[in-house]
Amino acid sequence: MLELLKNLLSWLTSPAQWSGPEGIAARVLEHLEYSVLATLAAAVIALPIGLLIGHTGRGAFLAVNLSSFGRALPTVGLVTLVFLAGGLSVWPVYVSLVALAVPVIITNTYAGMAAVDPEVKDAAKGVGLRGRQVLWQVELPLALPLIMTGVRLATVQVVATATIAAYVSFGGLGRYVFDGLAQRDLVQVLGGAALVAVLAVAADLALGGLTRLLFRGRPATAR
Amino acid sequence: MTVEWGWFPDHADQMARLTADHLATAVPAVLLGLLIALPLAVLAHRVRPLRGFILGASNILYTIPSLAFFVLLLPVTGLTRTTAIVGLTAYTLVVLVRNTVEGLDAVPVKAREASKAMGTKPLRTLLTVELPLALPVIMAGIRVATVMSISLVSVASYIGYGGLGQLFTDGFQRNFPTPVIAGVALTLLLALVADALLVTVQWLCTPWRRGTPRQRTSLWRKAA
Repeated sequence: MLELLKNLLSWLTSPAQWSGPEGIAARVLEHLEYSVLATLAAAVIALPIGLLIGHTGRGAFLAVNLSSFGRALPTVGLVTLVFLAGGLSVWPVYVSLVALAVPVIITNTYAGMAAVDPEVKDAAKGVGLRGRQVLWQVELPLALPLIMTGVRLATVQVVATATIAAYVSFGGLGRYVFDGLAQRDLVQVLGGAALVAVLAVAADLALGGLTRLLFRGRPATAR
Repeated sequence: MTVEWGWFPDHADQMARLTADHLATAVPAVLLGLLIALPLAVLAHRVRPLRGFILGASNILYTIPSLAFFVLLLPVTGLTRTTAIVGLTAYTLVVLVRNTVEGLDAVPVKAREASKAMGTKPLRTLLTVELPLALPVIMAGIRVATVMSISLVSVASYIGYGGLGQLFTDGFQRNFPTPVIAGVALTLLLALVADALLVTVQWLCTPWRRGTPRQRTSLWRKAA
């Protein structure tokens, strides 16, 4: 066990391991590229849907059940399926990661909108705001903390799951895990896994910090 | 992509075996998670200084990727089902702990005070008043944890205990989509059935909440 940790440490700290197109630095960048693009794409798809469902109150059933479905859908199966259907391209990676993130963001956006006090909405209407103004000036700002929670959750899941890129022969930190498993090289596997974990925690902390910065000085309406 | 329908009846035995395998990993993981999460949540609820630490620790467990989890456990537990179960258990903790704490927080102070006033000991109050009142929120957590675990078992196919996940590997290696479709469909079905079962259990356990369908929305919101 101690020997293993020592080997792991030297794997992680040797300069040769960090440079070049197969190096850790390049793999981290690839991993981040998949994660950031997938999360952004998911946000672009999910936020309008979540806002619309929350604002109109229509399709709430869809929003709540979507999250269950999203959690139940096995990502490895999905990536395999899209890969077999579409052949070797980076699409399966993005399709699976976006499919993972969209339900989380929709559900949280909807939950944030639904948690806005109806009396506040009535008051907004009472002072003469129109539907769209209520959405942008009252509901959205109040729902934002929960929406950010959704984006944060989705990001963590995407970073953690982006290892599947390596499963369909692309880069990213999953490369070390899968190559290591194939070569029975436990140190490499552990190194890759540890790096993914660190990256996921870092992304979570970064977004948490960003949220706190955005809502500085605001009363805690929702978590 | 063509589906070979003939594959399904030919492989009914295999699918049944893998489904049983799948459950043999997912179910113990949730039960073990519950066993660990309940005392932790009660502690976090009662002892305020510990609250942040317990919730934070279970959150960090959640940020570790499931694949990484299995792999990190390999040196300790080896290529066994235990590795898969322990990894999944760690994953369920974040939902179970958070929901249980939230459920206990939401118990009306008056109910707790009334129980105390009647001379009931704290442990008995917990078991007969607080936990039953918190049950709907706790059950929402159990449902999420169960569905999540069932979906995540397939990741354990890299260490040979993936249940229906074996079908993904199988289809991938032979460039044959049919087993993959079967695996995805069965996983979804299993999650759906498990969720429906838990809803039924909750309905049976909380007779005082029956006939108030509007409360169901608030429960769902907690689950999100």
